[in-house]
Order: sequence, then structure tokens, then C-alpha cells
Amino acid sequence: MNFSEKITLLHLDVLKEIGNIGAAHAATALSGLLGKKIDMRVPDVKMASFNEMMELAGGSENAVVGIYLRIEGDVKGSMFFILPIEQANRFIRSLIHDESFDFHTPPYSEIGLSAMQEMGNILSGSYLSALSDFTGLKIYPTVPGLSVDMFGAIISIGLIELSQVSDSVIVINTSIYEEVMSDDGAVKGQFFLLPEPDSFEAIFKSLGVPTT
Amino acid sequence: MIVTHSNEVIKVGIAQMDIVKVPKTIRTSGLGSCVGAVIYDESKKVAGMVHVMLPDSSLNRTATVNTAKFADTGIAALVDLLKQQGAHHLKLKAKIAGGAQMFQFTADKDSMRIGPRNVEAVKAQLKKLGIPLIAEDTGGNSGRTIEFNPETSLLQVRTVNKGVSEI
Repeated sequence: MNFSEKITLLHLDVLKEIGNIGAAHAATALSGLLGKKIDMRVPDVKMASFNEMMELAGGSENAVVGIYLRIEGDVKGSMFFILPIEQANRFIRSLIHDESFDFHTPPYSEIGLSAMQEMGNILSGSYLSALSDFTGLKIYPTVPGLSVDMFGAIISIGLIELSQVSDSVIVINTSIYEEVMSDDGAVKGQFFLLPEPDSFEAIFKSLGVPTT
Repeated sequence: MIVTHSNEVIKVGIAQMDIVKVPKTIRTSGLGSCVGAVIYDESKKVAGMVHVMLPDSSLNRTATVNTAKFADTGIAALVDLLKQQGAHHLKLKAKIAGGAQMFQFTADKDSMRIGPRNVEAVKAQLKKLGIPLIAEDTGGNSGRTIEFNPETSLLQVRTVNKGVSEI
């Protein structure tokens, strides 16, 4: 019943391509939004234990800005857009033209928060609509929620849903980063797409990839 | 008096449990809607911690049950572990933290209420096993990292925005 036991290299390649297409669209949207060059990195698709998942954005205690939404429809699962606080500050300051905005010190200004929400909305929306176009599957995202907190506390909301059916997670992880001359692109945002196990069959079927 | 500072910390991951004896401490980080429960015997200076994800093992749909994942099986298994380490059931006490709601959705989805449900389930198990709950830092919408010191029986709770407290 658990599809993760049947997954092959071909399946992983298909999931990588899905991550590529989604994140490429999101990176383009973000470039337009900020008027800056945004690059993306080829996704990392892997099966991870819950505790390995906790390490994928710098450890469970690492403070981040996280956007979370649920996906319903033909594909079910969770999607996260995670930014290191410094990177989120940079993006939001440039969006609202306010150098004093800081996710380190709450309470945050309304305009900064809604800019972050909107950015999450646009990026996850462009990621998921690309995925929907590519597969022909119906994908309905919920309104994104925002949290500035420890990565582990944020990502666990997606793991809890999966933990009822599995002790591991197939994670489609894509990095996007701002091209800064002096910086080697180390500071980055990450998309985590965590489809529910039953949804993998739907994805592969839609693309004509055999699942047995 | 010589105060020895041991840096050795036993780390407990999500859906895991472990036990600790002085001078070591035990910690779990990044608790969101999960609950970290500590059960300890002051006289023996032994403590156990479990990082619970779900309230009830009846929710399980995997082939095998990871006992530490659920409140009902996790608390019971932790008590058994403690007894194996010489702890006395009648001396056991508990402190708990976590069970936050990390995202403010209006959604009716059950999983959004998982934090409070985890807290209720952990409390129900402690009550069932006759273990008094000495202190708690639960609910709200902040992530927590907790560390328990069996020497002092204090549970340190750290959040991103509200600093560190001890319960």
C-alpha cells in the first residue's frame, strides 16, 4: 500500500522535473516581483526520515520565515516556502521600501507581514499552477499561513499529516537564491513539496509513467 | 562544592524517546504542535523524554507502530523504560511542553487542532497511569525547544521570540 516502497530512479527523475518546473516558474515570478535576478537550483528529491527532514533547512531549531499551505484535489499534501530570516528581511525591505523592517523583532508591521504573505501566495501559486499545467491534475491550494519560528515547529505540521501513514517522507526540495556578486548564493529560500503517498500514483499516472 | 558542568546532552528526535541520568541532560528541539513530555524520578535522578506527534495510535495506518509517535503508546512505553532504569512508579512526576498551533488558519481541518489534542491525550495518559503533572508550558503559537536536567528537575523552555524560561 505504501508507494514509497515501489519508487524507482525513473520516478525520482520525474519528481525532480516537477520540482524544476514549479520552482522555475516561482523564480521567474520572484524576479519580476523584486526586479532582481533570482536563480534556482535543481531539486533534491529524496526519501527522508522525519528527523532527516528536520535537518534540511539548517536544523529543527533554526529560526526561519515559513509559508505553509495545504494542497487538495487530485494531489494532496503540504507545501512550504522557507526563508532564512536575513533573506526574508532583504526581500521584504526591498518590496516595501522600508529598511527598518525586521523579522527578528516582533511585532512586525502590517505592511511587511502582508507583503510576505503576498509573496508566499504568488510564489506557491506559480509553483503549483505550473505543476497543474504540466500534469493536467487539479490542484487546489489553501490560503497560505505565515509563521516566523523554528524550522522544526513549522515543518512538523506537514509531517503530522503524513505520520499517520508513514514513518518517512518523499520530499521535493528546491532552492532559489538571489544572485549577489559578493555572496556566493549561499543564502537561499527553499520550497518543500510533501505529497501524501497516495498522490504519487496520480502524478505518475497523469504523465504516463508506469507505477508497477 | 564542586559544580561539574557536563556538556553531554541526550537528543530526542521527533517521534522518538530516550532516557537520561545525571549529570547528563535531555533535550528535544523545534516542538510545534508536537508535545514533549518528561517523566522523572527525583530520588533516582533519572528522567525520560518522548516527542509525541499524534494523540492516539488508533490513527496509525503503517505496518508497524512506532510507539514513541503517539501519546497513548509513548507515555506508557516511557514509563516502562524508566522502571527498567530503577525508577519507582509511585515517585514518577511529569512536565510537558508544546502543543502549539503554528499557523492561524480559520480552516476546520482536524490537523489544525492537533496541538491541543496532543496535549489532552498526553494528560489523559498521565492521569491514567497516576503520574502527577507538575508543570506545563503548552498551547499558544510558538515553537519550543526544551531541555530537562534530572539533577534539578527543571525543564528549560526556549522560544524564538519570548526567550528562555524554566518550569
